[in-house]
Amino acid sequence: MARTRLWRRSAVALLGAAALATVAACGGNTGTTTASSPAAGASAGASTTAKPLVYGAYATPIEEPWDGVIHRALQAAADKGDITYKHVDNIGYAGGMERTLRDIAANDKPAVVFGDAFGNEAAVRKVAKDFPAIAFAFGSGEKEQAPNLSVFDNWIHDPAYLAGMLAGGTTKSNVLGVVGGYPVPEVNRIVNAFIGGAQSVNPKVQVKVSFINTWFDPAKGKQAAQAQIAQNADVLFAERAGVIEAAKEKGLRSIGAMADQKSQGPDSVMTSLLWDMGPTVQAVLQQVRDGKYVGANLKDYSFLKNGGSSLAELNTAVKGGIPADLMAKVTAKQAELKSGSFTTPVDEKTPAGSTEIK
Amino acid sequence: MIDILALIGAMLVAATPLIYAATGEVLTERAGILNLGIEGTMYAGAFSGFLVAAKTGSPWLGLAAALVLGVVAGALMGLLVVTLGVNQHVAGIGTTLLLIGASEFTNRLLYGGGALVQIDKFGLLFPDVPVLGQYVLTYVALIVVVPFVWWLLRATGFGLRVRAVGENPEAADAAGISVARTRYAALMGGGALMAAGGAFLTLAVVGTFTLNISNGRGWVCIALVIFARWRVWPAVLGALLFAGVDALQLQLVITPAFSGIPRELMLALPYLVVIAALAASGRGLVYPGAYLKPYRRA
Repeated sequence: MARTRLWRRSAVALLGAAALATVAACGGNTGTTTASSPAAGASAGASTTAKPLVYGAYATPIEEPWDGVIHRALQAAADKGDITYKHVDNIGYAGGMERTLRDIAANDKPAVVFGDAFGNEAAVRKVAKDFPAIAFAFGSGEKEQAPNLSVFDNWIHDPAYLAGMLAGGTTKSNVLGVVGGYPVPEVNRIVNAFIGGAQSVNPKVQVKVSFINTWFDPAKGKQAAQAQIAQNADVLFAERAGVIEAAKEKGLRSIGAMADQKSQGPDSVMTSLLWDMGPTVQAVLQQVRDGKYVGANLKDYSFLKNGGSSLAELNTAVKGGIPADLMAKVTAKQAELKSGSFTTPVDEKTPAGSTEIK
Repeated sequence: MIDILALIGAMLVAATPLIYAATGEVLTERAGILNLGIEGTMYAGAFSGFLVAAKTGSPWLGLAAALVLGVVAGALMGLLVVTLGVNQHVAGIGTTLLLIGASEFTNRLLYGGGALVQIDKFGLLFPDVPVLGQYVLTYVALIVVVPFVWWLLRATGFGLRVRAVGENPEAADAAGISVARTRYAALMGGGALMAAGGAFLTLAVVGTFTLNISNGRGWVCIALVIFARWRVWPAVLGALLFAGVDALQLQLVITPAFSGIPRELMLALPYLVVIAALAASGRGLVYPGAYLKPYRRA
């Protein structure tokens, strides 16, 4: 009996230790310091002055594409030797953001903090107010806050319009499908720009729009896409994961988002919408270096004409190819976007489940 | 308009992970253990299946890895609730958190947030036939797994022992049945089925792994098992009902004739149906006698 009890107690202790170790390993979200490589430091040469410390504070794991874009842009800046970069991710939406930001601001005293404020708006604004010497730049659907909180967002409506033209120009059934996460303004304007682009080249086109009520559930995304295919959609825009898989199975065309997803369906993915936070990061760093940083709306830096968003290289190897005259139209429109002679209309209303044919 | 055949086909795909996991949960709950590790076991099954398939190029080896992981997850639950007698709610939720955390951590170490990795996944049997064009695992679930577990519980000595330790472990013990061994076996078998349900998502449906891959399907199964009153075939029926309504709303929402119905209501439809079904079937509900109770010899 005594022996059993001893065994039980030591098993509990062991399990506890294992659980702690696991929590430390996964839940701890250890922010990795990326001291830039010696080579980069040496080549910078003149930059003997201390590099500014930039902190990334992300509500989601960095595997989430949106925060991943911010993370990669900052990582790139660190690799170039512009900054010292640290980050914390998976902070969540239950009070962790305020605690983490205060901790970072008080102890690490970074020059800039980047992150996403969606779902943590109040916390970010409170901490920014309390630390006016630090530049805060956060993804947000709200306005900037004087003196030191800038906002940005994934303004990829420009490439969405171009992708819409490709979809509208290659559909045979005149029915397109779009699968999004939630019908929130930042998703709606991408979907509406896509619809606008499609209608600009094909007035007969009808667009089916589904939202799966989660950012992550590729199985559900695929199912939503299959429902659209059942209703004759033959070109699918994968705002969410899983959609390309549905298109691939039926030999249909698709368009990816957030990263070039050609590798997921070389026969299917015509192009992808890309977002690059590089210009936004560089703009903020420049302002900080010049001592001229003020809280502002940084959305323009995500526009196509400023290099913040783009269409991935067109994949002419898709089944059936892409007609040359359509590619020329898209290229011409892209040039107009770059020169500023055309601006993509911004419409943040929730799109209908099935657009009316005009 | 609505394509009925596509609807039934979609229902079967969406129901398959629920059928595996709910059948596994029936097995563990009949042995007296509420296994809330189900969500984590599905998640880790999805990840381990994906991982091994990505490394070896074989979805079958991926499935084997998921089954092994499910057995281990079941054994962990057994250690906690059978050997140590920990509260089943705490142990289950802890197991789920542990398995999801471990999967995401391993995913970061190996794949670190770049482009999604695509694996060679299971293909469709009869891809051009409506309704019958399904993944092999769907056929296995309906023709092999569910009838087998039903027969196992109903007509075998093992099934009798499982039911005995779930209803009255004192009597079972007095009759010479090892309560601990039987419960471990139910947990390990049930865990394997839950993991297979999760692996279906990565190995058959999407061929890749993302965060939140199981997206609460395990919790749906917990409700389905209660709705089914701990019986295998009604659990399958519940899974088909849930998946069918879900497939229906995905079609309705993009059908012009139904554009007047708010999207939010459409999205809630499958959950509303399950709640309604639970409420309708919940009266006079008789839980397994030893549900939630650890067994200790007096």
